Amino acid sequence: MKIKLSSLRLWLGMAFAILLWGLAYSTLQPLSSWLVYTALRMPEDSSLAESLAFFLYDVPKILLLLTGMIFLISVLRTFFTPERARAVLGGKRQGLGNILAALLGVVTPFCSCSAVPLFIGFVESGIPLGVTFSFLLAAPTINEVAIVLLLGLFGWKTSLIYIGSGLLIAIFAGMLIGRLKLERFVEDFVWQVQLSQPAEDEQLTWEMRFQRALDSVRDILRKVWLFVILGIAIGALIHGFVPAEALAQVMGKNAWWSVPAAVLIGIPLYSNAAGVIPIVSALMEKGASLGTALAFMMAVVGLSLPEMIILRRVLKPQLLAIFIGTVATAIILIGYLFNLLPLA
Amino acid sequence: MTQIKILGSGCANCKRLEAVTRKVVEELGVQAEIEKVTEYPEIMKWNILSTPGLVIDSKVVSSGRIPSEQEIAAWLTAK
Repeated sequence: MKIKLSSLRLWLGMAFAILLWGLAYSTLQPLSSWLVYTALRMPEDSSLAESLAFFLYDVPKILLLLTGMIFLISVLRTFFTPERARAVLGGKRQGLGNILAALLGVVTPFCSCSAVPLFIGFVESGIPLGVTFSFLLAAPTINEVAIVLLLGLFGWKTSLIYIGSGLLIAIFAGMLIGRLKLERFVEDFVWQVQLSQPAEDEQLTWEMRFQRALDSVRDILRKVWLFVILGIAIGALIHGFVPAEALAQVMGKNAWWSVPAAVLIGIPLYSNAAGVIPIVSALMEKGASLGTALAFMMAVVGLSLPEMIILRRVLKPQLLAIFIGTVATAIILIGYLFNLLPLA
Repeated sequence: MTQIKILGSGCANCKRLEAVTRKVVEELGVQAEIEKVTEYPEIMKWNILSTPGLVIDSKVVSSGRIPSEQEIAAWLTAK
């Protein structure tokens, strides 16, 4: 009886939280306009008022979306572990293995600080190098914070395009690396590691899943809230003060060099998606094209310098260079593709 | 004497795990030796795929996350 009561309370609590969330979300737009135009009595046509209204609406909206969506994504992710991914991928061949690895890379909880143990554990248990790379690429490239921000600032279509492009890049870059037979460029110690029996899977109750999801919401919000506010503040200023189409010349579809330039600038820029996407969103309003913006975002989020430094521990410089080169090329191609497509 | 190992290359989460573990050990007043394992070949002997990992008396009790104080206390007292 006791167990039933507590699980009933758990689900009632969830239902109540969802209701509160929905209420808060639906009052944001009227509340922000009321604050700016009625309470502060700012004129309707001023750039400053427009920027402020934009900021006051977007910051709480994105923070609320992050809270809700990261919670859902984290609950989903409690069903996946790197150990289970390894068990699924063991014995899979190139091709199908790359596709599965990329998909698992998206849903498996993964922190780039674990890239080395994951790499060793995968390769040592016989998963092909290319398949391992597909997993390692999909995980950071398709970032949950980026998905939520794209959903909030651009809509679900752009979110799906982002996820789809990330998967394509992870699958094809992994397949290419697999074809090139680069095993000799993996640091030698990796092949000598002796693996013991893996620890057994734990059984999770719903209460534990919810608890872990709450923990990860708190962790992520703590990491990104400042970037969200700064990013949206800069975005709001661009929104209010930069004239429309000002960027069409430099970041528009017709500037062919804008895609590689965006990627080159994006790779060393280590920021998180939370800070970059609001700015990119404002840039697109002023004439930057979707492909260029997407390429920039993926270069910033997917190819991060700290992760490369971590991977250097297990990859010889040649392989690391091939890895970065392949991914950068793939991102550039995706950028051109979306500049050519008649979207948005 | 309980043997505790913290597996991790020194990332932020590894340090947090160490701090939480030390706190629980102190609060419970158990006799324990805490060792940090930072070299990858050594870490991988435990076959974990994500860090930080926590090993109590030769058994991996968690990996890839920071367990709560209650969880660690339960593992330390259960044995």
